[in-house]
Amino acid sequence: MFEVKPVIWIDRDYLKCSGCRMCEIVCSLHHEGMIWPEASRIRVFMLVPGVEIPHLCTQCYDYPCVNSCPYKALSQDEETGAVKVDEEKCTACGVCINVCPGRVPHLHPDRKRIIICDLCEGEPECAKICQKAGFNALKVVTLRRGRGDTEKLVSRTPEEITKDLAVNLYGEKAEELV
Amino acid sequence: MVRGYAGRILDINLSEGSIDVLTLEESILRQYIGGRGLAAKILWDRLGSRWREIDPLGAESLLVVMAGPLTGYIPGGRICVSGKSPLCNGIIGSTVGGEFPIELKCAGFDGLVVGGRSEKPAYILITDGQAEIRNAGKIWGLDGKQTIRALNHEVREILAKAEPKYGEWKEPASLYIGPAGETLNRTAAVMQKWSHAAGYGGYGAVMGSKNLKAITAKGTGPLPEIENKEEMMSFLNQIREGAFKSQTPMIWGTANGGYPTGFKSSSEPVRNWQEEWHDEKSLSADKFAWRLWVKRYWSDYGCPTACLKIAVVKTGPLKGAITDNPDYELIAYCGTNLGIFNPEGVAYVSSIVDDLGFSGINGPNVMGFAAELCQRGILTKEDFRGIEPRWGDAEAFGKLAWLMAKREGIGDILAEGTYRAALKIGRMKGVDLLPFAVQFKGMEVGAHGIRSGLDGPFGKWPMCYACSTQPGDHTSIASTRFGGEAMSTLSDSLVYCTISYRAGPDLLYEFFKTITGWELTPDDWANNIGRRIIQIQRAALLLGGPDFVWDLLRDEDNPSRWYEPLPSGPRKGAMPNREECLRMRSEYYQLMGWDDNGIPTSEELRRLRLDDVDKALEGIRK
Repeated sequence: MFEVKPVIWIDRDYLKCSGCRMCEIVCSLHHEGMIWPEASRIRVFMLVPGVEIPHLCTQCYDYPCVNSCPYKALSQDEETGAVKVDEEKCTACGVCINVCPGRVPHLHPDRKRIIICDLCEGEPECAKICQKAGFNALKVVTLRRGRGDTEKLVSRTPEEITKDLAVNLYGEKAEELV
Repeated sequence: MVRGYAGRILDINLSEGSIDVLTLEESILRQYIGGRGLAAKILWDRLGSRWREIDPLGAESLLVVMAGPLTGYIPGGRICVSGKSPLCNGIIGSTVGGEFPIELKCAGFDGLVVGGRSEKPAYILITDGQAEIRNAGKIWGLDGKQTIRALNHEVREILAKAEPKYGEWKEPASLYIGPAGETLNRTAAVMQKWSHAAGYGGYGAVMGSKNLKAITAKGTGPLPEIENKEEMMSFLNQIREGAFKSQTPMIWGTANGGYPTGFKSSSEPVRNWQEEWHDEKSLSADKFAWRLWVKRYWSDYGCPTACLKIAVVKTGPLKGAITDNPDYELIAYCGTNLGIFNPEGVAYVSSIVDDLGFSGINGPNVMGFAAELCQRGILTKEDFRGIEPRWGDAEAFGKLAWLMAKREGIGDILAEGTYRAALKIGRMKGVDLLPFAVQFKGMEVGAHGIRSGLDGPFGKWPMCYACSTQPGDHTSIASTRFGGEAMSTLSDSLVYCTISYRAGPDLLYEFFKTITGWELTPDDWANNIGRRIIQIQRAALLLGGPDFVWDLLRDEDNPSRWYEPLPSGPRKGAMPNREECLRMRSEYYQLMGWDDNGIPTSEELRRLRLDDVDKALEGIRK
């Protein structure tokens, strides 16, 4: 038997995302000290208007990105389970993007390193502002048995999520909008 | 280095295929700030000496798109679109929300000036520090939703090809025109996202005349450096708090006005303004919410207010219509003013108007005018190619919008806007049709009537549309209170959203200072900076041309319909007193430093160091 300790996780309800992007604003302020949408670790995709998707790391229980990094630049934070990037070691090779089921990581706009959600040391700014605004699209939850298959499968590409959500919102019309 | 600005704009000539980058001078920015102010300054500098000769839809005219210093920092990204208006022949600062200005500033530009005319359909793609003119052959002809789809696919492919290792590219943001802009409908808007329009002014037609389908931007940089980050954050939190507490626009959007503006204020246009009162509870915001909304909170960049809502018609003959909200102005103009009183019908007409790229106020105002001509037997089914735009028939109005966008049959004349169409059809039929044209100096009017006297500033100051430098624009009304249009020039120049911003005027000036480092006072705005913008706009409006030059005694007045007594509702019989209106007009002229004929005085213009404007007006002073 192995024990699984409870972990925090950012639950996401795309249907409730207003597309306000305050999550991007607070994330980039927290990590970069300025408003910098492309340097945000959470990015809201809007491939189809109305279909806004806050796209961020889901901390897969088996960490394909960490395990595939040829430079050992990625590691798992023992406290939060977040993926940490060692900026010194990262070469921006892009392997982690390709092994991520949702293609979540992306280059920092300086093009020198990858950026991935670090859960803000356990208190994610994005979820805080989303809760404060009352949109409730992002919410910190505690998973008592750790993260499972469903949490991992949440990590899908923006294209795939867009297709699903567009049907939910626009019904038969979705096909001609995506 | 200026703070809050990217500090550079693109100067593009589509005839020559040239792209230059201009650096903005600090002294000009301090005098004109951004958005509407900076656009007016650029337009005047380049076209002012020959204003009357410039055809708004000719190669010489310019499209100016300008963000402001607050854009990106203040909730709700907005940008100002301007040029010589093909409706009023003056300068309109027309703002629109969305993510385009954020992408533009992150790419390193505050705005762009586009002149000339592309030989073939083109779009402009702006990326970090650069721009290119690209072929829009495959996008031309597409409606709004398909344009966004095609641009998102194409640009993401271009970006991924250029940098395959970047990861997933987010979509770019675009300003674009629909089919109505392509066929130079004077009521066409410059659109963004879905249902977001820089509506007043007719700049969709200006883009169309340049064969310019879209301007698309994707930047990866940060927003420009600002003066004091910590203070900015503290003020931003206060601004957000103001928005959090402003619950009505959040829960109902501007759809909140759909019922009470008719029932309580008696100021909502009904059947081409023949009435302004209704008791149709079917148009209350809750009906839209529970029947149509699939997303209740929809925001533009950084906005906690989320006054937008996504409406979808899921069943019945109008199934498939998708639009925002609809916004109050569209509930009125795509609804009550066409005699349509059910949410599905309003959403259906709004959806088509959006997709075709009409301004949701100006385009449907023309349709209401046409329907009244149909009601009176002046136009018949034959004129409309078999369509009969009868009050309340949403499908017929959808078809009429298409007729205008394609310029078929009478649609070709209606494409010229209400005023020009009234004159032309009037000549054809030998009837004076201006009594049915509810417009100001060629611009169709916003959906807040003055006759009842009950609709806030509109009712209190009945010359508010007539004396505005943006005639008919409900977001830039003139009044002796608030120093004329001072608050509107401020919101359109800084550029911010007046629905989201609820934290009071004082904080705004403080916020501006933390971003730019510059002191700005309400007095300075009302008497100098804002006033300077108004005087340039006033001069351009008075010079007008080439097709019309406004006669102030005749044209600086309410449309004759608004001097007819209200026929229904608790304010039955109400109408403004014309003598009183003309007295107000004189009072306003004095306040603004205009002479008895409404022309800015030399003294006022020289005080503002607008000597070239003074010189240009010499010829029209009596």
